[in-house]
Amino acid sequence: MNKVRTIKVDMLTRVEGEGSVYVRFRGDKVAEVKLKIFEPPRLFEAFLRGRHFREVPDIVARICGICPVAYQMSAVHALESILGVHPPPAVRALRRLLYCGEWIESHALHVYLLHAPDFLGYPDALTMAHHHGPAVKAGLALKKTGNQLVIALGGREIHPVGARVGGFYRMPASNELAQLLPALREARELALGMVELVRTLEFPAFERDYEFVALRHPAEYAMNEGRVVSSQGIDVAPELYGEHFFEKHIGYSNALHSGIKGRGSYLVGPLARFNLNFDRLPAYVQQLARESGVEPPCRNPFKSIIVRAIETLVAVEEATRIIEEYEPPPEDPMRLGGQEPAPRAGVGHACTEAPRGILYHRYELDAHGLVVSARIVPPTAQNQKGIEEDLWGVAEQSANLNEERLRLLCEQSIRNYDPCISCATHFLRLDVRRS
Amino acid sequence: MKSKGKPKVAVFKLASCDGCQLSLLDAEDELLAVAGAVEIAYFPEATSTMLRGPYDIGLVEGSVTTHHDAERIHQIRRQCHTLITIGACATSGGIQALRNWADSGEMVAHVYASPGHISTLKMSTPVAEHVPVDFELRGCPINKEQLLECISALLAGRKPNIPTYSVCLECKRRDTVCVMVARGVPCLGPVTCAGCGGICPAMGRGCYGCFGPMETPNTAALAAQYKAMGQSREEIIHAFRSYNAWSWQFRKAGEEAEHG
Repeated sequence: MNKVRTIKVDMLTRVEGEGSVYVRFRGDKVAEVKLKIFEPPRLFEAFLRGRHFREVPDIVARICGICPVAYQMSAVHALESILGVHPPPAVRALRRLLYCGEWIESHALHVYLLHAPDFLGYPDALTMAHHHGPAVKAGLALKKTGNQLVIALGGREIHPVGARVGGFYRMPASNELAQLLPALREARELALGMVELVRTLEFPAFERDYEFVALRHPAEYAMNEGRVVSSQGIDVAPELYGEHFFEKHIGYSNALHSGIKGRGSYLVGPLARFNLNFDRLPAYVQQLARESGVEPPCRNPFKSIIVRAIETLVAVEEATRIIEEYEPPPEDPMRLGGQEPAPRAGVGHACTEAPRGILYHRYELDAHGLVVSARIVPPTAQNQKGIEEDLWGVAEQSANLNEERLRLLCEQSIRNYDPCISCATHFLRLDVRRS
Repeated sequence: MKSKGKPKVAVFKLASCDGCQLSLLDAEDELLAVAGAVEIAYFPEATSTMLRGPYDIGLVEGSVTTHHDAERIHQIRRQCHTLITIGACATSGGIQALRNWADSGEMVAHVYASPGHISTLKMSTPVAEHVPVDFELRGCPINKEQLLECISALLAGRKPNIPTYSVCLECKRRDTVCVMVARGVPCLGPVTCAGCGGICPAMGRGCYGCFGPMETPNTAALAAQYKAMGQSREEIIHAFRSYNAWSWQFRKAGEEAEHG
């Protein structure tokens, strides 16, 4: 009865970055869970010091090849708050469009290429394509449309080069963006098909009472702006993030664990956004969500795949609307960001909604516009503790499964979070603590 | 994917952002064709199937920054008939090679509360400093067309057709007015290897060197031009010390700017 049994996955697959998982049972009870991140540290927060603010959006993009736009967006907003820059509405709209592109690309990648194979019983999407060819092709087509939006504004899909502090290096002409409309119309059909596909999957019965954390905007389904809110009453401006959330360095992981002060783990990402901002979704999307088996509060992490599909549809529609309404400013498109903002000393914060959840940046600049300190808290680091707690519950509830099935279930529950281990590792802390 | 006789391809990751291996998945129109032409034997980001080596083609993303990876890269080399490094991290040490000029112990302590738990080397180095490499594909990130060209060339048994000239030629080809001449914008294009398509100057901004040095770059002349345009010593050093800082040409240029 007290036999010790361990489930180990030495190399997590279909996640971004390198990690492993270790679950130890004593009898039927889980005794220990460790999500280890052995992705090598890259020390971004350290080498950002001394760099000019104009370099920061491009440097931080390199933290993550999957969600570089998120890093660029959190960085430009935080830096603009220091420099006293308020970009015009056209810039604001295009930033949301850029983010829509990244959400579509990232969600399609995760749903079709990384997560769906778990539900359907394949080792990867390429094998899955033998039996689900049209679905995999639809996923790739959706992903391509997301990437095309990023390319239209940033020149390339990975580490795009268009965004800058103050605006964009070049604003596109409206006919350049209009060329994307046919692909977006097709993407809408594909996104509806995606919802149709994922709602019919089989979901393990598992729920947990999470504290959900997401951005909330007065009118929109938040991406770039909003207050940080939680399902247990937090409602603060991003400047106060540090007063409510903490990070802790755990010995076995190269990523820092996050928590809410006085409480503990929390959940960021699609499920949190959906639960906290359901009323910001168009009525027919709300209806579609209900018909697809999700409605707030949805506490089954396996159903995040449905929410990703819903969010993909929302991002496709938002992108379409923004392009249809876009009027490029009359000035020289390469001058819209104006002259580079004048340097100014100060501290700035921002949160934006990366595909995986809120991404917090804080910078301090000196009077020459050079970075004095930087702090970056990526979504996967915030979810890390919650992922371990999920594993604890999922493993215990399914302790009677054989080794192989239990191992697969543990991997699947990690993938519920679309963890970006590359991101999680490179983060740091601002308060230097040397013992 | 399982048929015998197809070349076995493996994708490995060291310290990196995942973007270069993502380039393969971003080849949406070609991915299924590639998967049909080769056997994807090891690619943890995309598949849970892990076939043992040896592999015909190994693609390596990322730089060597840990003791573990310094050993692992030798194992990888032994397993791969042809070893291709992809991206700035693997070919020049990447942005994380900025630690090579700093006290990395201090850097770790800046980022982590318990630096004793963090195992990292003082330097971030390219794969070719550790093992022989058969071909290097530059860029931060790599260009997916170049990756496909590289794979196709290997399958056909020919040399990949990858340019080594500068970004300036790409600007000329797409009719981009020179940002440095016309607008006085500092631009690393004259010393940077082509491959991106000249996307930065096309947006009115200067090239920031993400594809690393072209063949035989005249970095001294460019540094002099930067100085004439009013760039400070620190700005010139930082221009060369970014995504390919540890490539020997940019390293030398940065050191000349620092001491010269």
